[in-house]
Amino acid sequence: MTDPQHWDPSRRDLMVSVAAAAVLAAAPELAKAGAGLASESRMPTYAPVAFTVNGEARQLEVDTRTTLLDALRERLHLTGTKKGCDHGQCGACTVIVDGHRINSCLTLAVMHEGSEVTTIEGLGDPDNLHPMQAAFVKHDGYQCGYCTPGQICSAVATLAEIKAGVPSHVTEDLFGEMLPTDAEIRERMSGNICRCGAYSNIVEAIAEVAGRRA
Amino acid sequence: MKAFTYERVATPAEAAAAAAKNDGAKFIAGGTNLLDLMKLEIETPTHLIDVNRLALDKIEATPEGGLRIGALVRNTDLAAHEGVRRDYALLARALLAGASGQLRNRATTAGNLLQRTRCPYFYDTAQPCNKRTPGSGCSAIGGFSRQLAVVGVSDACIATHPSDMAVAMRALDAVVETVKPGGEARTISIADFHRLPGNTPHVETALEKGELIAAVTLPPPVGGKHVYRKVRDRASYAFALVSVAAIVQPDGSGRVAVGGVAPKPWRIEGAEADMRRGAKAVTDGLFADARPTHDNEFKRTLAQRTLGSVLTEARG
Repeated sequence: MTDPQHWDPSRRDLMVSVAAAAVLAAAPELAKAGAGLASESRMPTYAPVAFTVNGEARQLEVDTRTTLLDALRERLHLTGTKKGCDHGQCGACTVIVDGHRINSCLTLAVMHEGSEVTTIEGLGDPDNLHPMQAAFVKHDGYQCGYCTPGQICSAVATLAEIKAGVPSHVTEDLFGEMLPTDAEIRERMSGNICRCGAYSNIVEAIAEVAGRRA
Repeated sequence: MKAFTYERVATPAEAAAAAAKNDGAKFIAGGTNLLDLMKLEIETPTHLIDVNRLALDKIEATPEGGLRIGALVRNTDLAAHEGVRRDYALLARALLAGASGQLRNRATTAGNLLQRTRCPYFYDTAQPCNKRTPGSGCSAIGGFSRQLAVVGVSDACIATHPSDMAVAMRALDAVVETVKPGGEARTISIADFHRLPGNTPHVETALEKGELIAAVTLPPPVGGKHVYRKVRDRASYAFALVSVAAIVQPDGSGRVAVGGVAPKPWRIEGAEADMRRGAKAVTDGLFADARPTHDNEFKRTLAQRTLGSVLTEARG
Protein backbone atom coordinates (compact mmCIF):
# COMPACT_ATOMS: atom_id res chain seq x y z
CA MET A 1 0.00 0.00 0.00
CA THR A 2 2.92 2.33 0.57
CA ASP A 3 4.63 1.53 -2.72
CA PRO A 4 5.12 4.97 -4.25
CA GLN A 5 5.00 3.37 -7.71
CA HIS A 6 1.32 2.80 -7.15
CA TRP A 7 0.47 5.92 -5.23
CA ASP A 8 -3.03 6.86 -6.14
CA PRO A 9 -4.76 10.03 -4.90
CA SER A 10 -8.14 8.31 -5.18
CA ARG A 11 -7.50 5.48 -2.71
CA ARG A 12 -9.08 7.19 0.28
CA ASP A 13 -12.21 8.13 -1.66
CA LEU A 14 -12.38 4.62 -3.06
CA MET A 15 -12.32 3.10 0.43
CA VAL A 16 -14.96 5.58 1.62
CA SER A 17 -17.29 4.66 -1.21
CA VAL A 18 -16.77 0.92 -0.70
CA ALA A 19 -17.53 1.35 3.00
CA ALA A 20 -20.69 3.32 2.21
CA ALA A 21 -21.85 0.65 -0.23
CA ALA A 22 -21.31 -2.05 2.41
CA VAL A 23 -23.42 -0.15 4.95
CA LEU A 24 -26.20 0.35 2.43
CA ALA A 25 -26.22 -3.34 1.47
CA ALA A 26 -26.47 -4.40 5.12
CA ALA A 27 -29.29 -2.00 5.99
CA PRO A 28 -31.71 -1.48 3.10
CA GLU A 29 -33.86 0.90 5.17
CA LEU A 30 -30.83 3.14 5.51
CA ALA A 31 -30.33 3.04 1.78
CA LYS A 32 -33.39 5.23 1.27
CA ALA A 33 -32.41 7.71 3.96
CA GLY A 34 -28.88 7.77 2.63
CA ALA A 35 -29.81 8.09 -1.04
CA GLY A 36 -28.20 11.51 -1.27
CA LEU A 37 -25.00 10.20 0.23
CA ALA A 38 -24.97 7.16 -2.04
CA SER A 39 -25.37 9.33 -5.14
CA GLU A 40 -22.36 11.33 -4.00
CA SER A 41 -20.17 8.23 -3.76
CA ARG A 42 -18.39 8.06 -7.04
CA MET A 43 -16.06 5.35 -8.21
CA PRO A 44 -12.80 6.62 -9.66
CA THR A 45 -12.43 6.13 -13.37
CA TYR A 46 -9.20 5.46 -15.20
CA ALA A 47 -8.07 6.43 -18.67
CA PRO A 48 -4.96 5.86 -20.74
CA VAL A 49 -2.78 8.76 -21.87
CA ALA A 50 0.41 8.90 -23.92
CA PHE A 51 2.71 11.90 -24.16
CA THR A 52 6.39 12.72 -24.52
CA VAL A 53 8.32 13.93 -21.50
CA ASN A 54 11.80 15.35 -22.04
CA GLY A 55 11.99 13.56 -25.39
CA GLU A 56 10.91 10.17 -24.05
CA ALA A 57 7.56 8.57 -24.98
CA ARG A 58 5.55 7.72 -21.86
CA GLN A 59 2.28 5.85 -21.46
CA LEU A 60 0.16 5.86 -18.33
CA GLU A 61 -3.19 4.65 -17.06
CA VAL A 62 -4.36 7.40 -14.70
CA ASP A 63 -7.29 8.24 -12.46
CA THR A 64 -8.95 10.96 -14.55
CA ARG A 65 -8.43 13.39 -11.67
CA THR A 66 -4.64 13.20 -11.94
CA THR A 67 -3.12 16.56 -12.79
CA LEU A 68 -0.17 16.76 -15.14
CA LEU A 69 1.86 17.81 -12.08
CA ASP A 70 0.93 14.67 -10.13
CA ALA A 71 1.53 12.45 -13.17
CA LEU A 72 5.04 13.90 -13.54
CA ARG A 73 5.95 13.69 -9.87
CA GLU A 74 4.11 10.67 -8.51
CA ARG A 75 3.95 8.39 -11.54
CA LEU A 76 7.02 9.33 -13.59
CA HIS A 77 9.09 10.33 -10.54
CA LEU A 78 10.24 13.56 -12.13
CA THR A 79 10.24 15.39 -8.82
CA GLY A 80 12.09 18.45 -10.06
CA THR A 81 8.73 20.06 -10.82
CA LYS A 82 7.35 21.26 -7.50
CA LYS A 83 3.90 21.43 -5.93
CA GLY A 84 3.52 24.75 -4.15
CA CYS A 85 -0.04 26.06 -3.87
CA ASP A 86 -1.61 23.50 -6.27
CA HIS A 87 -3.98 26.28 -7.44
CA GLY A 88 -2.04 28.14 -10.13
CA GLN A 89 -1.06 30.99 -7.86
CA CYS A 90 2.63 30.36 -7.14
CA GLY A 91 4.19 29.04 -10.39
CA ALA A 92 6.34 26.34 -8.69
CA CYS A 93 4.77 23.72 -11.01
CA THR A 94 5.60 25.57 -14.25
CA VAL A 95 6.56 23.27 -17.13
CA ILE A 96 6.78 23.81 -20.88
CA VAL A 97 4.10 22.00 -22.91
CA ASP A 98 4.22 22.16 -26.71
CA GLY A 99 6.50 25.19 -26.43
CA HIS A 100 4.34 27.14 -23.94
CA ARG A 101 4.88 27.53 -20.20
CA ILE A 102 1.84 26.46 -18.17
CA ASN A 103 0.88 25.64 -14.58
CA SER A 104 0.99 21.84 -14.53
CA CYS A 105 -1.24 21.80 -11.43
CA LEU A 106 -4.19 23.29 -13.33
CA THR A 107 -4.36 20.82 -16.18
CA LEU A 108 -5.29 17.14 -16.25
CA ALA A 109 -2.84 14.52 -17.47
CA VAL A 110 -5.55 13.04 -19.74
CA MET A 111 -5.86 16.39 -21.54
CA HIS A 112 -2.30 15.99 -22.85
CA GLU A 113 -2.58 13.05 -25.22
CA GLY A 114 0.23 13.60 -27.76
CA SER A 115 1.73 16.60 -25.95
CA GLU A 116 5.45 17.28 -25.65
CA VAL A 117 6.33 18.16 -22.08
CA THR A 118 9.64 19.67 -20.95
CA THR A 119 10.43 19.76 -17.24
CA ILE A 120 13.47 21.11 -15.41
CA GLU A 121 15.07 17.66 -15.81
CA GLY A 122 14.77 18.04 -19.59
CA LEU A 123 16.45 21.44 -19.72
CA GLY A 124 19.78 20.27 -18.33
CA ASP A 125 21.50 18.21 -15.68
CA PRO A 126 24.33 18.90 -13.20
CA ASP A 127 26.99 17.94 -15.76
CA ASN A 128 25.39 19.82 -18.60
CA LEU A 129 23.49 22.82 -17.29
CA HIS A 130 21.09 24.79 -19.44
CA PRO A 131 22.39 28.38 -19.73
CA MET A 132 19.46 29.55 -17.57
CA GLN A 133 20.33 27.04 -14.86
CA ALA A 134 23.99 28.16 -14.97
CA ALA A 135 22.93 31.81 -14.73
CA PHE A 136 20.71 31.14 -11.69
CA VAL A 137 23.71 29.47 -9.98
CA LYS A 138 26.07 32.30 -10.95
CA HIS A 139 23.70 35.05 -9.77
CA ASP A 140 22.46 33.22 -6.67
CA GLY A 141 18.90 33.37 -8.01
CA TYR A 142 17.39 31.41 -5.12
CA GLN A 143 17.70 30.72 -1.44
CA CYS A 144 15.74 27.60 -0.45
CA GLY A 145 15.44 26.52 -4.08
CA TYR A 146 11.85 25.24 -3.96
CA CYS A 147 10.48 27.68 -6.55
CA THR A 148 13.61 27.44 -8.72
CA PRO A 149 12.59 24.72 -11.23
CA GLY A 150 9.39 26.65 -11.96
CA GLN A 151 11.29 29.94 -12.14
CA ILE A 152 13.77 28.48 -14.63
CA CYS A 153 11.15 26.84 -16.89
CA SER A 154 9.18 30.09 -16.79
CA ALA A 155 12.28 32.18 -17.54
CA VAL A 156 13.29 30.06 -20.55
CA ALA A 157 9.77 30.39 -22.00
CA THR A 158 9.62 34.10 -21.12
CA LEU A 159 12.66 34.85 -23.29
CA ALA A 160 11.11 32.80 -26.11
CA GLU A 161 7.87 34.84 -25.78
CA ILE A 162 9.81 38.13 -25.99
CA LYS A 163 11.69 36.82 -29.03
CA ALA A 164 8.39 35.82 -30.66
CA GLY A 165 7.06 39.37 -30.17
CA VAL A 166 4.36 38.53 -27.61
CA PRO A 167 3.55 41.81 -25.82
CA SER A 168 3.13 42.22 -22.06
CA HIS A 169 1.26 44.54 -19.72
CA VAL A 170 4.28 46.88 -19.51
CA THR A 171 5.05 46.92 -23.26
CA GLU A 172 4.55 50.59 -24.20
CA ASP A 173 4.24 50.17 -27.96
CA LEU A 174 2.26 47.09 -29.00
CA PHE A 175 4.06 47.20 -32.36
CA GLY A 176 7.52 48.19 -31.14
CA GLU A 177 10.49 45.91 -30.71
CA MET A 178 10.10 43.66 -27.65
CA LEU A 179 13.16 43.98 -25.42
CA PRO A 180 14.11 41.99 -22.30
CA THR A 181 14.25 45.03 -20.02
CA ASP A 182 14.07 44.61 -16.24
CA ALA A 183 10.49 45.90 -16.29
CA GLU A 184 9.52 43.35 -18.95
CA ILE A 185 11.20 40.48 -17.09
CA ARG A 186 9.55 41.41 -13.79
CA GLU A 187 6.08 41.68 -15.33
CA ARG A 188 6.37 38.48 -17.37
CA MET A 189 7.70 36.53 -14.37
CA SER A 190 4.95 37.72 -12.00
CA GLY A 191 3.31 34.27 -12.03
CA ASN A 192 6.34 32.82 -10.21
CA ILE A 193 6.48 33.63 -6.52
CA CYS A 194 9.74 33.38 -4.54
CA ARG A 195 9.03 33.66 -0.81
CA CYS A 196 12.76 33.84 -0.05
CA GLY A 197 12.73 37.04 -2.09
CA ALA A 198 15.52 36.29 -4.54
CA TYR A 199 13.80 38.39 -7.18
CA SER A 200 16.60 40.88 -7.93
CA ASN A 201 19.08 38.03 -8.51
CA ILE A 202 16.55 36.14 -10.64
CA VAL A 203 16.13 39.22 -12.85
CA GLU A 204 19.93 39.49 -13.21
CA ALA A 205 20.21 35.83 -14.20
CA ILE A 206 17.48 36.13 -16.84
CA ALA A 207 18.90 39.40 -18.17
CA GLU A 208 22.29 37.77 -18.61
CA VAL A 209 20.86 34.88 -20.60
CA ALA A 210 18.88 37.41 -22.66
CA GLY A 211 22.23 38.82 -23.72
CA ARG A 212 22.16 41.96 -21.61
CA ARG A 213 25.08 42.79 -19.36
CA ALA A 214 23.93 42.13 -15.82
CA MET B 1 -11.69 16.31 -6.09
CA LYS B 2 -14.80 14.23 -6.86
CA ALA B 3 -14.34 11.44 -9.39
CA PHE B 4 -15.60 12.00 -12.93
CA THR B 5 -15.66 10.27 -16.27
CA TYR B 6 -13.85 11.89 -19.18
CA GLU B 7 -14.16 12.00 -22.94
CA ARG B 8 -12.55 13.89 -25.81
CA VAL B 9 -14.79 15.19 -28.58
CA ALA B 10 -13.86 16.26 -32.11
CA THR B 11 -16.82 18.35 -33.30
CA PRO B 12 -19.27 20.82 -31.71
CA ALA B 13 -22.09 18.37 -32.54
CA GLU B 14 -20.32 15.61 -30.59
CA ALA B 15 -19.78 18.02 -27.72
CA ALA B 16 -23.45 18.97 -27.70
CA ALA B 17 -24.54 15.32 -27.84
CA ALA B 18 -22.22 14.42 -24.96
CA ALA B 19 -23.60 17.29 -22.88
CA ALA B 20 -27.19 16.27 -23.61
CA LYS B 21 -26.44 12.68 -22.58
CA ASN B 22 -24.70 13.45 -19.25
CA ASP B 23 -26.65 15.37 -16.66
CA GLY B 24 -23.69 16.50 -14.55
CA ALA B 25 -21.35 17.19 -17.47
CA LYS B 26 -19.12 20.21 -17.96
CA PHE B 27 -16.99 21.26 -20.88
CA ILE B 28 -13.29 21.68 -20.15
CA ALA B 29 -10.88 23.71 -22.31
CA GLY B 30 -8.03 25.53 -20.52
CA GLY B 31 -9.26 24.26 -17.18
CA THR B 32 -7.44 26.98 -15.24
CA ASN B 33 -10.58 28.06 -13.37
CA LEU B 34 -12.62 24.83 -13.45
CA LEU B 35 -9.89 22.58 -12.02
CA ASP B 36 -9.13 25.10 -9.28
CA LEU B 37 -12.81 24.96 -8.29
CA MET B 38 -12.99 21.17 -8.66
CA LYS B 39 -10.08 20.73 -6.25
CA LEU B 40 -12.07 22.71 -3.70
CA GLU B 41 -15.24 20.74 -4.58
CA ILE B 42 -17.03 23.99 -5.40
CA GLU B 43 -17.52 22.49 -8.87
CA THR B 44 -18.32 18.76 -8.87
CA PRO B 45 -19.01 17.64 -12.45
CA THR B 46 -19.67 13.91 -12.93
CA HIS B 47 -18.38 14.00 -16.50
CA LEU B 48 -15.84 16.20 -18.30
CA ILE B 49 -16.09 16.81 -22.02
CA ASP B 50 -12.66 17.87 -23.30
CA VAL B 51 -13.31 20.34 -26.13
CA ASN B 52 -9.66 21.20 -26.79
CA ARG B 53 -9.65 19.31 -30.09
CA LEU B 54 -12.56 21.20 -31.64
CA ALA B 55 -11.43 23.36 -34.57
CA LEU B 56 -12.34 26.57 -32.76
CA ASP B 57 -8.85 28.02 -32.36
CA LYS B 58 -8.73 30.45 -35.31
CA ILE B 59 -9.05 34.23 -35.53
CA GLU B 60 -10.65 35.17 -38.85
CA ALA B 61 -11.79 38.35 -40.57
CA THR B 62 -15.57 38.61 -40.93
CA PRO B 63 -17.24 39.75 -44.19
CA GLU B 64 -18.39 42.88 -42.29
CA GLY B 65 -14.78 43.86 -41.52
CA GLY B 66 -14.67 42.62 -37.94
CA LEU B 67 -12.97 39.64 -36.32
CA ARG B 68 -14.32 36.22 -35.39
CA ILE B 69 -12.39 34.80 -32.44
CA GLY B 70 -12.68 31.04 -31.95
CA ALA B 71 -13.77 29.93 -28.49
CA LEU B 72 -10.49 28.05 -27.97
CA VAL B 73 -8.11 30.87 -28.90
CA ARG B 74 -5.76 31.18 -25.93
CA ASN B 75 -5.56 34.54 -24.16
CA THR B 76 -1.86 34.94 -25.09
CA ASP B 77 -2.55 34.32 -28.78
CA LEU B 78 -5.50 36.72 -28.82
CA ALA B 79 -3.48 39.52 -27.19
CA ALA B 80 -0.59 38.95 -29.61
CA HIS B 81 -2.72 38.77 -32.77
CA GLU B 82 -1.72 41.53 -35.17
CA GLY B 83 -5.27 42.58 -36.04
CA VAL B 84 -6.26 42.72 -32.37
CA ARG B 85 -3.21 44.81 -31.49
CA ARG B 86 -3.86 47.17 -34.42
CA ASP B 87 -7.65 47.59 -34.38
CA TYR B 88 -8.77 46.41 -30.95
CA ALA B 89 -5.88 47.50 -28.71
CA LEU B 90 -8.37 47.78 -25.84
CA LEU B 91 -8.82 44.00 -25.95
CA ALA B 92 -5.08 43.27 -26.17
CA ARG B 93 -4.42 45.58 -23.21
CA ALA B 94 -7.21 44.06 -21.10
CA LEU B 95 -5.96 40.52 -21.74
CA LEU B 96 -2.38 41.45 -20.86
CA ALA B 97 -3.57 43.05 -17.61
CA GLY B 98 -5.06 39.74 -16.46
CA ALA B 99 -3.61 36.65 -14.77
CA SER B 100 -0.02 35.46 -15.39
CA GLY B 101 1.91 34.38 -18.48
CA GLN B 102 1.36 30.71 -17.61
CA LEU B 103 -2.40 31.14 -17.16
CA ARG B 104 -2.83 33.22 -20.33
CA ASN B 105 -1.11 30.45 -22.29
CA ARG B 106 -3.86 28.01 -21.27
CA ALA B 107 -6.97 30.12 -20.67
CA THR B 108 -9.34 30.35 -23.61
CA THR B 109 -11.64 33.07 -24.93
CA ALA B 110 -14.82 31.21 -23.95
CA GLY B 111 -13.42 30.09 -20.60
CA ASN B 112 -12.43 33.65 -19.74
CA LEU B 113 -16.06 34.77 -20.28
CA LEU B 114 -17.30 31.88 -18.14
CA GLN B 115 -14.86 32.23 -15.24
CA ARG B 116 -16.49 32.45 -11.87
CA THR B 117 -16.20 35.07 -9.16
CA ARG B 118 -13.23 35.26 -6.80
CA CYS B 119 -15.46 36.38 -3.92
CA PRO B 120 -13.68 34.92 -0.85
CA TYR B 121 -16.98 33.62 0.55
CA PHE B 122 -17.72 31.72 -2.69
CA TYR B 123 -14.34 30.02 -2.25
CA ASP B 124 -14.78 29.31 1.48
CA THR B 125 -16.95 26.18 1.55
CA ALA B 126 -17.44 26.55 5.33
CA GLN B 127 -19.47 29.74 4.74
CA PRO B 128 -22.96 30.23 3.32
CA CYS B 129 -23.00 31.47 -0.29
CA ASN B 130 -26.07 31.77 -2.50
CA LYS B 131 -23.97 31.39 -5.62
CA ARG B 132 -22.34 28.14 -4.46
CA THR B 133 -25.32 26.75 -2.50
CA PRO B 134 -28.55 28.47 -3.60
CA GLY B 135 -30.65 29.62 -0.65
CA SER B 136 -27.88 29.31 1.95
CA GLY B 137 -27.36 33.05 2.37
CA CYS B 138 -24.67 35.59 1.52
CA SER B 139 -21.71 35.90 3.85
CA ALA B 140 -20.23 38.79 1.89
CA ILE B 141 -23.05 41.18 2.78
CA GLY B 142 -21.95 42.34 6.19
CA GLY B 143 -18.65 40.51 5.75
CA PHE B 144 -15.32 41.60 4.35
CA SER B 145 -16.45 43.21 1.11
CA ARG B 146 -13.64 45.53 0.05
CA GLN B 147 -13.09 43.65 -3.25
CA LEU B 148 -16.77 43.15 -4.04
CA ALA B 149 -19.42 44.78 -6.19
CA VAL B 150 -21.02 48.19 -5.69
CA VAL B 151 -23.58 48.20 -8.50
CA GLY B 152 -25.86 45.61 -10.11
CA VAL B 153 -25.93 43.75 -6.78
CA SER B 154 -28.89 42.17 -4.98
CA ASP B 155 -29.78 41.14 -1.44
CA ALA B 156 -28.64 37.63 -2.42
CA CYS B 157 -25.16 38.38 -3.83
CA ILE B 158 -22.55 41.14 -4.19
CA ALA B 159 -19.91 39.14 -6.09
CA THR B 160 -17.97 40.71 -8.98
CA HIS B 161 -17.22 39.20 -12.36
CA PRO B 162 -13.41 38.90 -12.39
CA SER B 163 -12.62 39.10 -16.12
CA ASP B 164 -10.59 41.91 -17.70
CA MET B 165 -11.14 40.56 -21.23
CA ALA B 166 -14.92 40.73 -20.90
CA VAL B 167 -14.80 44.42 -19.90
CA ALA B 168 -13.00 45.28 -23.14
CA MET B 169 -15.40 43.08 -25.12
CA ARG B 170 -18.35 44.92 -23.56
CA ALA B 171 -16.94 48.26 -24.73
CA LEU B 172 -16.32 46.75 -28.18
CA ASP B 173 -19.93 45.43 -28.51
CA ALA B 174 -18.80 41.82 -28.95
CA VAL B 175 -21.30 39.10 -29.84
CA VAL B 176 -21.10 35.54 -28.45
CA GLU B 177 -21.87 32.72 -30.91
CA THR B 178 -23.12 29.46 -29.42
CA VAL B 179 -24.34 26.00 -30.36
CA LYS B 180 -27.28 24.61 -28.40
CA PRO B 181 -27.44 20.94 -27.39
CA GLY B 182 -29.94 20.36 -30.21
CA GLY B 183 -27.34 21.65 -32.69
CA GLU B 184 -28.91 25.02 -33.54
CA ALA B 185 -26.70 28.10 -33.46
CA ARG B 186 -27.57 31.43 -31.87
CA THR B 187 -25.91 34.73 -31.02
CA ILE B 188 -26.01 36.61 -27.71
CA SER B 189 -24.77 40.18 -27.35
CA ILE B 190 -22.11 40.59 -24.68
CA ALA B 191 -24.47 43.01 -22.91
CA ASP B 192 -26.99 40.19 -22.44
CA PHE B 193 -24.51 37.36 -21.91
CA HIS B 194 -23.81 37.84 -18.18
CA ARG B 195 -26.81 38.05 -15.86
CA LEU B 196 -27.31 40.16 -12.76
CA PRO B 197 -27.73 38.07 -9.60
CA GLY B 198 -31.27 38.99 -8.54
CA ASN B 199 -32.43 36.10 -6.37
CA THR B 200 -30.66 33.48 -8.54
CA PRO B 201 -26.96 34.39 -8.30
CA HIS B 202 -25.97 30.83 -9.26
CA VAL B 203 -27.32 31.52 -12.77
CA GLU B 204 -24.51 33.62 -14.20
CA THR B 205 -24.99 33.67 -17.97
CA ALA B 206 -27.67 33.41 -20.65
CA LEU B 207 -26.34 30.00 -21.72
CA GLU B 208 -28.73 27.08 -21.57
CA LYS B 209 -27.68 23.76 -20.12
CA GLY B 210 -25.20 22.10 -22.48
CA GLU B 211 -24.93 25.15 -24.75
CA LEU B 212 -21.40 25.55 -26.14
CA ILE B 213 -19.67 28.82 -27.01
CA ALA B 214 -18.23 28.55 -30.53
CA ALA B 215 -16.80 32.03 -31.05
CA VAL B 216 -16.86 35.68 -30.08
CA THR B 217 -17.31 38.17 -32.92
CA LEU B 218 -16.10 41.76 -32.83
CA PRO B 219 -17.85 44.32 -35.05
CA PRO B 220 -15.68 46.37 -37.46
CA PRO B 221 -13.12 48.60 -35.68
CA VAL B 222 -14.47 51.93 -34.40
CA GLY B 223 -11.08 53.70 -34.27
CA GLY B 224 -10.36 56.20 -31.51
CA LYS B 225 -7.85 55.99 -28.71
CA HIS B 226 -8.04 52.75 -26.71
CA VAL B 227 -7.05 52.76 -23.03
CA TYR B 228 -7.45 49.95 -20.48
CA ARG B 229 -6.44 51.02 -16.98
CA LYS B 230 -6.50 48.48 -14.16
CA VAL B 231 -6.11 49.50 -10.52
CA ARG B 232 -5.19 46.70 -8.12
CA ASP B 233 -3.43 46.00 -4.84
CA ARG B 234 -0.15 45.04 -6.53
CA ALA B 235 1.38 45.95 -9.88
CA SER B 236 0.88 42.56 -11.55
CA TYR B 237 -1.03 39.29 -11.23
CA ALA B 238 -3.99 40.49 -9.15
CA PHE B 239 -7.68 41.01 -9.76
CA ALA B 240 -8.95 44.54 -10.30
CA LEU B 241 -10.29 46.77 -7.59
CA VAL B 242 -11.47 48.91 -10.49
CA SER B 243 -10.65 48.74 -14.18
CA VAL B 244 -11.67 51.18 -16.89
CA ALA B 245 -11.92 50.30 -20.58
CA ALA B 246 -12.33 53.44 -22.69
CA ILE B 247 -12.46 54.27 -26.37
CA VAL B 248 -12.16 58.00 -26.91
CA GLN B 249 -12.78 59.61 -30.30
CA PRO B 250 -11.06 62.82 -31.49
CA ASP B 251 -14.29 64.79 -30.91
CA GLY B 252 -14.36 63.71 -27.26
CA SER B 253 -17.19 61.21 -27.61
CA GLY B 254 -16.59 57.59 -26.78
CA ARG B 255 -17.41 54.46 -24.82
CA VAL B 256 -16.64 53.38 -21.27
CA ALA B 257 -16.98 50.00 -19.53
CA VAL B 258 -15.87 49.39 -15.96
CA GLY B 259 -14.63 46.17 -14.34
CA GLY B 260 -14.28 45.13 -10.70
CA VAL B 261 -17.43 46.93 -9.63
CA ALA B 262 -20.34 44.71 -10.69
CA PRO B 263 -21.46 41.11 -11.32
CA LYS B 264 -20.84 41.73 -15.04
CA PRO B 265 -18.77 44.12 -17.16
CA TRP B 266 -20.48 47.41 -16.30
CA ARG B 267 -21.47 49.76 -19.10
CA ILE B 268 -24.44 52.12 -19.41
CA GLU B 269 -24.58 53.57 -22.91
CA GLY B 270 -26.65 56.54 -21.67
CA ALA B 271 -23.82 57.66 -19.39
CA GLU B 272 -21.48 57.96 -22.38
CA ALA B 273 -23.44 60.94 -23.68
CA ASP B 274 -21.68 62.88 -20.88
CA MET B 275 -18.13 61.97 -22.03
CA ARG B 276 -17.30 65.55 -23.02
CA ARG B 277 -18.38 66.82 -19.58
CA GLY B 278 -15.69 64.75 -17.90
CA ALA B 279 -15.25 61.73 -15.70
CA LYS B 280 -17.59 62.72 -12.87
CA ALA B 281 -20.56 63.15 -15.18
CA VAL B 282 -19.95 59.70 -16.67
CA THR B 283 -19.40 57.87 -13.40
CA ASP B 284 -22.42 59.62 -11.83
CA GLY B 285 -24.44 57.91 -14.56
CA LEU B 286 -22.66 54.56 -14.24
CA PHE B 287 -23.15 54.43 -10.48
CA ALA B 288 -26.58 56.08 -10.19
CA ASP B 289 -28.06 52.86 -8.77
CA ALA B 290 -24.99 51.84 -6.75
CA ARG B 291 -25.46 50.09 -3.40
CA PRO B 292 -21.93 50.01 -1.99
CA THR B 293 -21.00 48.61 1.40
CA HIS B 294 -18.99 50.52 3.98
CA ASP B 295 -15.91 48.54 2.84
CA ASN B 296 -16.19 49.19 -0.89
CA GLU B 297 -17.78 52.61 -1.30
CA PHE B 298 -14.28 53.87 -2.19
CA LYS B 299 -14.70 52.16 -5.58
CA ARG B 300 -16.99 54.92 -6.87
CA THR B 301 -14.36 57.57 -6.19
CA LEU B 302 -11.61 55.30 -7.50
CA ALA B 303 -13.56 54.67 -10.73
CA GLN B 304 -14.14 58.39 -11.23
CA ARG B 305 -10.47 59.25 -10.71
CA THR B 306 -9.30 56.36 -12.87
CA LEU B 307 -11.60 57.44 -15.69
CA GLY B 308 -10.39 61.02 -15.26
CA SER B 309 -6.81 59.86 -15.68
CA VAL B 310 -7.76 57.72 -18.68
CA LEU B 311 -9.56 60.64 -20.39
CA THR B 312 -6.56 62.91 -19.82
CA GLU B 313 -4.26 60.28 -21.34
CA ALA B 314 -6.59 59.65 -24.28
CA ARG B 315 -6.94 63.35 -25.10
CA GLY B 316 -3.25 64.12 -24.45
